[in-house]
Amino acid sequence: MPDREITFAQAVREATDLCMAEDPTVYLMGLGVPDPKGVFGTTVGLQEKYGPDRVFDVPTSENAMTGVAVGSALVGMRPILVHQRLDFALLSMEQIVNQAANWHYMFGGRGGNLPLVIRLVVGRGWGQGPQHSQSLQAWFAHVPGLKVVMPTVPYDAKGLLIASIQDNNPVIFIEHRWLHNVKGHVPEGVYSVPLGAARVVREGSDVTIASSSYMTLEALQAAEVMSEDGIEAEVLDIRTLRPLDQEAILDSVGKTGRLIVADTGWKSFGIGAEVVAFTAERAFAKLKHPPHRIGLPDCPSPSTPAIANRFYPRAAEIASAGRAMFGLSPTGIVEEPSVPEDIPDPSFAGPF
Amino acid sequence: MSSMNAALLRDLYFGMLRIRIIEERIADLYYEQEMRCPVHLCIGQEAVSVGVCENLSVDDYVMSGHRSHGHYLAKGGDLPAMMAEMYGKVTGCCQGKGGSMHLLDRSVGFLGATAIVGSTIPMSVGAARASVMRGEERAVVSFFGEAACEEGVFHESLNFAALERLPVVFVCENNLYSVYSPLGVRQPEGQSVIDLAQGHGIESHEADGNDVVEVYNLSRRLIKEARGGGGPRFVEFKTYRWREHCGPAYDNEIGYRTEVEFQQWKARCPIERLETRLLEEGTLSPPDIKRMRSQVGEEIENAVAYAKQSSFPDESNLMEDVYAP
Ligand SMILES: Cc1ncc(C[n+]2csc(CCOP(=O)(O)OP(=O)(O)O)c2C)c(N)n1
Ligand SMILES: [Mg+2]
Repeated sequence: MPDREITFAQAVREATDLCMAEDPTVYLMGLGVPDPKGVFGTTVGLQEKYGPDRVFDVPTSENAMTGVAVGSALVGMRPILVHQRLDFALLSMEQIVNQAANWHYMFGGRGGNLPLVIRLVVGRGWGQGPQHSQSLQAWFAHVPGLKVVMPTVPYDAKGLLIASIQDNNPVIFIEHRWLHNVKGHVPEGVYSVPLGAARVVREGSDVTIASSSYMTLEALQAAEVMSEDGIEAEVLDIRTLRPLDQEAILDSVGKTGRLIVADTGWKSFGIGAEVVAFTAERAFAKLKHPPHRIGLPDCPSPSTPAIANRFYPRAAEIASAGRAMFGLSPTGIVEEPSVPEDIPDPSFAGPF
Repeated sequence: MSSMNAALLRDLYFGMLRIRIIEERIADLYYEQEMRCPVHLCIGQEAVSVGVCENLSVDDYVMSGHRSHGHYLAKGGDLPAMMAEMYGKVTGCCQGKGGSMHLLDRSVGFLGATAIVGSTIPMSVGAARASVMRGEERAVVSFFGEAACEEGVFHESLNFAALERLPVVFVCENNLYSVYSPLGVRQPEGQSVIDLAQGHGIESHEADGNDVVEVYNLSRRLIKEARGGGGPRFVEFKTYRWREHCGPAYDNEIGYRTEVEFQQWKARCPIERLETRLLEEGTLSPPDIKRMRSQVGEEIENAVAYAKQSSFPDESNLMEDVYAP
C-alpha cells in the first residue's frame, strides 16, 4: 500500500506499537493511556495487546511518575510517558530538568543511559484556555540534555517517535492537538526520521518561513497566498527544536535573504527569538530584510473564542509579514475560513 | 542481640568506624580548600548506612540524596573515586562533574545520589518496578532525610509503591533538622513521619538509628519482606548529625540548636556504644580496634593521595557527555 494514508494520531499509535513489539523494554504509561479514548486515539488497544504491566494508567502524580520513568530507564527500560496536556507536565519539571536532563552529564557519562520519551500535547481553541493549551516548548528546548521534537505531518510523527524511543536520552515529544486528525502518507513498518534534521516542505526563493508543528500548516497556506503576488516562500519544517538544524535554516536564508519564524508558543524568549538570533549571529550579511517572528502575544491564553481568535496567529499574519518584506500591503483573511476559528476542521468536535 | 555472631558484629563496627574516620579526614582536609564543592558529612549517623547496607547484595539497588557518603561507602562504593570526585578530578566517580552530592558506583548497585531533596525517591520506585517487570528479585533502598517527607514527590512515590506493592524499602534518617530549621517549624507536633507512610498503607516502623544492631535487625527483616514480594516497607531511624549541615565544622554555638542537645546525642554515639559492648563481651579487643583504625587510616590516606595526584579533567571535557551516544 504505497499511498496508505493515516492520521497523525494513528501514526503515533503505530510507532508505539511497533517499538513495543520489537523491544520488550519499551513500556507506556500515563493518565488515561488505557481508557476508551486512549489519549486522542494514540494509545487505543495497546493495553489489550501488551498487557497491563507494559501499558498502564497511573496515579495523578506527574512528578513522581516521571521519577519512576527515570528510575526504570536507568536500569535498562525504555519508558514512554504521556500527558494529555503539556500543562500537567509542569508538575514534573523537577524530574525533567534537574534530574533527567542533567543525568548523563552530571555523572560524567557513567550514570547510565536515560532513554525516556515524554509525550506532551499542546493545542489551541475550543476554550482550552490558560491551563490546557500552553505551548511551552521553549522551556524544554532551553535545557541542554533534553531533546525536543515537534512534528507536523503523520510521516514525521511516526518516524520521529520511533527515533525518539530508540534514542538513549530524554526526549520531549510535543504533539499539537490540531494535528491529531490530520491525515498523511505513512509507510507501514519501522522507519525512523533522524532527530535534529529540518525538512524543506515547500521550495521557494524569496523568503524562508521556518515553522514547527501546527504552524507549518499555516505557513504552507500563507505561502500559497504570497505566491499569488509572485512571492515564493520556502517553508522549512523545523521538526526538532533541540538539536536544532541551524544549517538547514541558514542554507535557506542564504538563498532567500529573508526570514520569518512561525511558532505555536509565545513570541518573547521563544523559538523564533532563538532562530532569529543565531541567524543574525551567523548570517547577518545575508539578510536583505529584518527577520520577523510570528508567535503568541504576551498575555495568557484566553478561553473565549471572541478574543482567542486574536491571540492565535494564522496564515494571514504570516502572509502579511512576508508581503511587508516586499513593500506590499497586508493581506486580508487568507481564505474565509469555512469553519469556526476555534477548531481545525469540521470533523473536530468537542469536548477535548 | 546476643544471637548475632561475632564476625557480623565486628563487620558492623568496622563499617561504622571506617565511615567515621573517612568523614573526619574529609573534614580536616576541607580547610585546605582543595575540595571545592559542598560536603554534607554523616558523622553521627553512620549506623543507618551500615546497618541497612549490610543486608544488601551488589544486585540490590540504593539511591540517596545530598548526604550520601555513608550510603555510598556502606554499599561498597569505591573510595578513591569518591575522594577524587570531591577534589574535582577526572578520576572521580563522575569525572569531577558531580561533586560530593552526586556519588555513583553502578558496579555495586549504587545508582546515584542527587542534590534535590526527595528526588531519588521516585527513581528508586521506578528501578523497583523495572525489576518486577523483568522478574528479577531484588530490593531497592531509598535513603532520604526527614525533610524529604515534606515534599510532594515523597507522597506520590509512596502511593505508587504501595499501589503496585513494589520491593522498595524507604529509609528515612530523621536527624531533626533541615539545614537550620528544626522539625517543630516544619511538621505538626505529635505527628511522626511514620504516620505519613502508614497513611499510604505502607507497613512502617521507627527505631533507634544510633543502635546499629537494631538498625541491622529491623532492616534485615524489611528488606527480606520487600524483596520477597511483600510490598514496600518504611522505616524511620532517629539519629543526629554532629557537624554543620554543610561543611566540616561544629556549629552548636550559632543558635539554632544547643550544645546540650548535641552532647546528649554525642553520648549516644553509635560507634562508641557498640565498641563498649563488644569490648565488654570480648568480641573485640583494643588491639583489634587499633588495627582497624590503622587499616582505615591507610585506606583513606591512599585515597586522598590518589585524588590529589589525579589530573583535573581537560577543558575539552566541558562539552562532553551532555548526551548519551
Ligand atoms: C528541593 C530542595 N529544596 C531545598 C534544598 C536545600 N537543602 C539542601 S539539604 C536540605 C536539608 C534537607 O534536610 P533533610 O532531608 O532532613 O536531610 P539532612 O540534611 O538533615 O540530612 C535542604 C533544605 C534542596 N537541596 N532541594
Ligand atoms: Mg534532617
